[in-house]
Order: sequence, then structure tokens, then C-alpha cells
Amino acid sequence: MSDVLLKIRNLSKAFDEHKVLDNISLDVFEGENLIVFGRSGTGKSVLLKSIVRLLFPDNGEIYYRDRNVLTMNKQELTEIRKNIGFLFQSAALYDSMTVGENLAFPLRKILKIKDNDEIEQKVRKTLSLVELESAIDKMPSELSGGMQKRVGLARTIITEPELILYDEPTTGLDPITAKEISKLILDLQHQLKMTSIVVTHDLICAEIIADRVIFLREGKIYAEGKLEELKKKDDYFLRNFFSSKLITETGVENV
Amino acid sequence: MNLPKLKYGHKLNFSEKLYNFFAILSGLAIFSAEFFKQVFRLPYEIEETKRHMYDFGLKTFPIVSTMGIIIGFVLALEGYAVLQPFGGTDFLPGSVGLSIVREFAPILTALLFAGRVSAGIGAEIGSMRVTEQIDAMDVSGVEPFKFLVVTRVVATTLVLPVLTVYVIVISIFGGYLAVYLEGGMSFVYFANSLLPYVHINDLVAGLSKTFLFGFAIGIIGTYKGYTTVGGTVGVGKSTTSSVVISSLMILFIDMIMVKISLL
Ligand SMILES: Nc1ncnc2c1ncn2[C@@H]1O[C@H](COP(=O)(O)OP(=O)(O)OP(=O)(O)O)[C@@H](O)[C@H]1O
Ligand SMILES: [Mg+2]
Repeated sequence: MSDVLLKIRNLSKAFDEHKVLDNISLDVFEGENLIVFGRSGTGKSVLLKSIVRLLFPDNGEIYYRDRNVLTMNKQELTEIRKNIGFLFQSAALYDSMTVGENLAFPLRKILKIKDNDEIEQKVRKTLSLVELESAIDKMPSELSGGMQKRVGLARTIITEPELILYDEPTTGLDPITAKEISKLILDLQHQLKMTSIVVTHDLICAEIIADRVIFLREGKIYAEGKLEELKKKDDYFLRNFFSSKLITETGVENV
Repeated sequence: MNLPKLKYGHKLNFSEKLYNFFAILSGLAIFSAEFFKQVFRLPYEIEETKRHMYDFGLKTFPIVSTMGIIIGFVLALEGYAVLQPFGGTDFLPGSVGLSIVREFAPILTALLFAGRVSAGIGAEIGSMRVTEQIDAMDVSGVEPFKFLVVTRVVATTLVLPVLTVYVIVISIFGGYLAVYLEGGMSFVYFANSLLPYVHINDLVAGLSKTFLFGFAIGIIGTYKGYTTVGGTVGVGKSTTSSVVISSLMILFIDMIMVKISLL
């Protein structure tokens, strides 16, 4: 086994009375692609946001390379965050900037690159990875939802972080683009040795990139393992998740 | 920075509203303290600050110009009507100039600036908050408070005094226009009966408070934007309350500053 990059212990988070994450422990290894499955509203986004301390959990510990994310001061946190990329479910592009400026922003602010030619070159190269070079001068509001998602992805990977947290990278994309994006995530893993945690509902994407899968259900990790193993498991919940068949209340499969 | 959470809901009772009032005040204090902690810290984001200064200045230029001319004109016209029967129009330029420099230009420019700029800031930062753009900046390792809040507050604090100087000039011109049309006073005569009455300390009293107005406008707009919750509805609320709170704050600061300057 390779080294543990991210270690989560007994993580809990509730909103008012509603327990969203309930005592979750998880290790993420360096260089792996971990898929997080779970039905809508089970706290997948909350889990990702807790890792980078956008949400402060009620309980538990998070270690990034053995450094406790939840107790460190603001400066240390900023340093850690520079090594972690985050793709928001909503893309979250800066809507007062063009697509090109959105990508240039982290280069200037985080990598502190001053040379405009170098920035432009990097921006174009990264945009071509998501096939949006032509959109470089467009404003985010002029793009379709799927295009925004891809620009968000480009902005996330442009600094080549060690760990990337993807919140539904392929949702809202057509099947062909979705596959290409999945392939891109795989390439990043192989070429740049990036580690990824990918929240998704997209089974095809998971088949392409997953080294390991976890299932969130009712705030807990319900199942964990290789995708192929989990697919074969004789478990009502998992079978329902993977099968495209209609189900009834009684759990009897219907065609 | 730990800001107090406000109570939300459709029907807040009196004590909840009172709680919110004090929560906003203490929130503003904490927010201002954070501003002073970060304003001298690198990077200074000079480009971004300059961009906001141009933006805020240009945005309010037409409206304060119009207001300036009209206020000067009207003040002089009113004064003329009062003073002329006594043959006291020689005092008119001085008294008009004094009231413009000490009170009218600073406060009216600030109120218009608040309406235009504070609302704009509240709306822009508020929508960045609800669409997770602030979170995105934060996780990327760029301090959003520095980049979004500090730059704007510095810009409002520096731009408002400049605008006020401009409004002083243009409203005195408006005043001259009125007396010229009424009695055909020459400009040299007007200037000669204005300058002896307006002293440098009047200018200082008038302009020093505009820095405070500008700061309040910036801080309140950014605070309301930064703490926006509840989607696009929340953005609307932040926008209006930015204007309301900053206008009240301007009047309040003015009252205190006038009291101080007259001590
Ligand atoms: N800031 C918040 N305040 C209050 N409740 C929240 C907040 N964020 C999330 N929740 C609640 O936490 C639960 C989990 O939300 P989360 O966004 O993590 O779901 P998810 O698994 O990402 O779902 P989806 O697949 O639809 O994106 C939801 O019930 C949601 O209402
Ligand atoms: Mg989600």
C-alpha cells in the first residue's frame, strides 16, 4: 500500500437536528482515485467541504499528510489549500472575469507567475484539455452549464494540485464529453500522480477512473471496496443503486 | 473572524429584531477589525483597488455632478431671496460656500454614493457568496477578504473625499450661476466675497468626515454581501439593507463629527 495522503477520523456534522455525517472514518491513499457514491442529500458535498474546512465539522479529525487540518491556523490552512484543488458542484466561476482570467487567476495569485506569455500559454493549454480554447474571451454567463463545468475543471487542475476533490465533475455533460472528462481525470492521475476524490452519480465515469469506491448512506460509509466487487455483492441497496431496473416498495425487482 | 449569526425567518419578534440589531453592530465592528488586520498585509492588490476606484468614481460621477450644481444653485437662490431685501447679498457667497463645504457637499455626496456603491457592493459580493465563488476563492488559497473586501473598502474610503472636493467645486459654481442669473454678480466679486469666509479648518471639517463616510459605506456593503445567506432572495435583502444601514450610519457619523468639530 502506498502512503496515506488524507486521514479522516470520526467525522460528524449535523445541521440543526439533522445528522448529515455520522462518525465517518476514511483513509485516502496517495495516487488513488476514490469514488464517493451516495444518493442525493446524503452529505457528499458536505464531506468534501469539510476536508478543506469550508464547513467546520462538529466532531472528528482530518489529517492531510499527518497535519491536522481542523486545528491548524489560517496560514497553515492556506498553504495546505494551495495543494488541494476543489471542483464545485456549481462550477463557481468568477462571473466578473472572462474564462481566460478565471484560469489565469490561480496562476497569478497562487503560483505567483508574473510572465503574461507564460500565463497565456498555460491557460490555452489547459483549456484545450477540456476542449474550450475558443471560449477563452467569453464571460461565464455566456457559456452553457456543461461548458461552465469544464471551465471550472480547467481552473481546478491548472495549478496541478496534489489532491483534487471533484464534486460531480460529469453531471450535466453529454455522454461523450463525460467520458472525455473521466479520461482526463485518469490521465491526470497517471501523468501527474494526482490523487482524486470524486463524488459522482455517473457509473460510466466511475468505471473509467475508480480505484476504490465508497458508498455513503444515512451519514455512514455503507460499503467500501473495488467497484467490480461491490457490483456483485448481494445487497439490496447496492443492487438497486447499480441496476437500472425499476423497483417497487417491497423491493421486488420490476422490469 | 467569527461573525455573529443573525436570526432569520419571516416573522421575527421584537426581541429577535433587537438581537439582530446588536449582532449587525458587533459584526460590523469585527469586520472592521479584520479590515485593519489585513489592509497592511501583502499582497496589496493595488491593481484591483484602482479598478474599484475608477469604477465607483465613474458610476457616481453623473449623479453627484447633477446634484452638486442643483444644490449650489438652490442654496444661493434661497439665500438671495432672504438677503436681498436687506441689501445683504454680499454675504451670500460666504454663507453658501460655508454650508456647502462644511455640510451639504459631504453629506449629500455620501448619501448618493451609498445608494449607488454600497448597493452595488452588497449585490456583487452577495451573489458571489451564494454562488460559492467566495468559497472557491477561499479553498484555492487566495484570501477572499483581502481580495474582495479590503480592496473595495480602501477604494470607497479614498474615492469619496475626492468626489466630495469635486462636488464642492461644482456646487459653488452652481451657486454662482444662481446669483449671476439673479443679480449679474461678476465672478471675481463672487470669489472675493467667498474666500475670506471659508477657512482651511472648514475644509478640514468638511472633508475629514468623508473618509469615515467612505469607510462606513465600504464596510457595510461588503459586510452585508459577505454574510449573505438564502440564495437570490438573500442577495436582494443584502442590497437594500446595505443602503439603509450605510445611509443611517452616515447621518449618525455626521452628527458626531459636527459635534466634535464645534467643540
Ligand atoms: N450550509 C448548510 N446548511 C444547512 N444544511 C445543509 C447545508 N449544507 C448541506 N446541508 C444539508 O446537508 C445534507 C447533505 O447535503 P449535501 O449537499 O452534502 O448532499 P449531497 O450528497 O452532495 O447531495 P447531491 O447529490 O444532491 O449533491 C442535505 O440534507 C442538506 O440539506
Ligand atoms: Mg452535492
